[in-house]
Amino acid sequence: MSHAGSTPSAAVLSAEARAHIERLRERYPHPRSAILPSLWAVQDELGFLAPEGMSEVAQLLGVTASEVQAVSTFYSMYLARPAGRHHVLVCINAACALRGADDTAAYLERRLGVPSGGTTADGLFTWQSTIECLGGCGGAPMMQVDHHFHENLTPERIEAILDRVAGQPGPHGAARSAAAAAATLTEQRAPEAEATPPVAPRLRRGPRRRPDAPGAQ
Amino acid sequence: MAEYRLLTADIGTEGLQTLPVYERRGGYGALRKAVSDLTPEAIVEEVKRSRLRGRGGAGFPTGMKWGFLPKDVFPRYLCVNADESEPGCFKDRYLIDENPHQLVEGVLIAAYALHVEVAFIYVRGEYLDQRLLLERAVEEARAAGYLGKRILGADFDCDIIVHGGAGAYICGEETALIDSLEGLRGQPRLKPPFPAVKGLYGQPTVVNNVETLCNLPHIVMRGGEWFAGLGTESSTGTRLWCCSGHVERPGTYELELGRPIRELLEEHCGGVWKGRQLKAFQPGGGSMQVLLPEHLDLPLDMDAVMKAGSSLGAGAMVFMDETACMVDISSRLVDFYQHESCGKCVPCREGTYFESTLLHRLERGECSLEELGTLTDICDNMNGKCFCPLGDTATWFVLSAYQHFRDEFEAHCEAGGCPVKARQGQVAVGA
Repeated sequence: MSHAGSTPSAAVLSAEARAHIERLRERYPHPRSAILPSLWAVQDELGFLAPEGMSEVAQLLGVTASEVQAVSTFYSMYLARPAGRHHVLVCINAACALRGADDTAAYLERRLGVPSGGTTADGLFTWQSTIECLGGCGGAPMMQVDHHFHENLTPERIEAILDRVAGQPGPHGAARSAAAAAATLTEQRAPEAEATPPVAPRLRRGPRRRPDAPGAQ
Repeated sequence: MAEYRLLTADIGTEGLQTLPVYERRGGYGALRKAVSDLTPEAIVEEVKRSRLRGRGGAGFPTGMKWGFLPKDVFPRYLCVNADESEPGCFKDRYLIDENPHQLVEGVLIAAYALHVEVAFIYVRGEYLDQRLLLERAVEEARAAGYLGKRILGADFDCDIIVHGGAGAYICGEETALIDSLEGLRGQPRLKPPFPAVKGLYGQPTVVNNVETLCNLPHIVMRGGEWFAGLGTESSTGTRLWCCSGHVERPGTYELELGRPIRELLEEHCGGVWKGRQLKAFQPGGGSMQVLLPEHLDLPLDMDAVMKAGSSLGAGAMVFMDETACMVDISSRLVDFYQHESCGKCVPCREGTYFESTLLHRLERGECSLEELGTLTDICDNMNGKCFCPLGDTATWFVLSAYQHFRDEFEAHCEAGGCPVKARQGQVAVGA
């Protein structure tokens, strides 16, 4: 899937995003330090880290595309593939589990109709249970929706939050919708990208499915 | 006893996150005092006198850490560790959410004391709202002349860069944080050289936790000696205790060090929830060894808890009642370390995998007593043999739980699954 080292034939980032990355480059004593925030800029605009976007970051920062890609795969919040418009993360680490986080995860699975890591058919939500503590233990069970905290969850609260969020634009794609951007980029890339269901990298690196998790075989 | 509110004194004041309100509460008075009345060296002395110890987990004396910076090597950098991701820990998020300027002021005081001209605040990726709050606070402070060139008219220039991570627990380890800040995969570096000698961009660097730095305005205003009068001989000041799990009122409480753990549980958290019995607790976050109800009368003192075989770590107290299964908790924590292992060294990368596999087999009732016995071997091959503390700490809870609750672990072999959950007729913990 890699276009490492090649110059992107056409810029996939907007002029604003490129200017933002150039400002980031000037902000640090060493331009390399701007890689992480620049990758955020790519993801904010495209909805995921398209290789073309990473190549543009490399070019703007004066490093190789393979270096940028190597950095990107280390961090679990960067998305390697397009995902739903909204991201829902439920912590199932120890402190949250003591307060019933498994039930919260099971509820979301029923409500959204896809297992953890999946995207709803309408493309609205990608949800995931995560073993990474999100720092919301004092209000467990909790979830993050588009990186915002929601604590002391009950089924009623979850319903209200999902209903509200469903009508709002996603955090990604300031200039154009993430879905449209993803469609353009998928066309440009190898066809196998389409055959794979959208899965966030966090899941691919994540723990195996818990044997006692709801819905497990 | 009531909470001792030092760092959280002004929390609850409407609009405290904005500069005018923070200033009305006396904010930036400590920075003003520092740059007009005190030399950088005098502040370092004051911090040494306070005997402040780092609040990130290791509890290293802050003044001593600062003292390791070599003289006359510039530029130097200050990195603020806001990569809070210890399971059970949420105090730094609270401090930033409620009073971002207190942190900014603390950073500026440290920068002045250490002759630092560029400071970085590394905020974990999941704390997006907190990062935005800090960015706004930094811009407000800049516009008011608290950072930039010739701060408050003194011979002191300093800029603060708020930097967002992207999801990696290991970046809370100080050398991994530095690598991540340099735009690399966040893997720990070999020490020595320590960051104080060779850190960010190869320059002398101090890495301090958010809560540690939030103490500085108070130490400057009231003096190191006053601060050392709070708490105990070996653990001075207050700490923010993040309480979670099976308690009536989970949350963050600020208590003077030295108070009994029982006070935290019974007075502040309202006791064990639903009137149940306490089974165990973890006093320092996911990494730390389990303690028992008999330890509740221990003081919140770093050395006393260490003598009891655990650690106050990052100040996260996870309480578990009689319905909690120690194998389930162990497997979740081990899954976490397996997920977060950076993969650099074999004992951690493979050891967490072996631990996790064994614990899941145990939960499914597929693990024999003989296989369970290998758990100690696996942990022996990790503890003290990993490149950084992540791999070591991945064994601490599980080994201590195995030691204190051996019957419960073995019962999983005999019952062919989880007897704790079977007894309750439930599948999920806490349901």
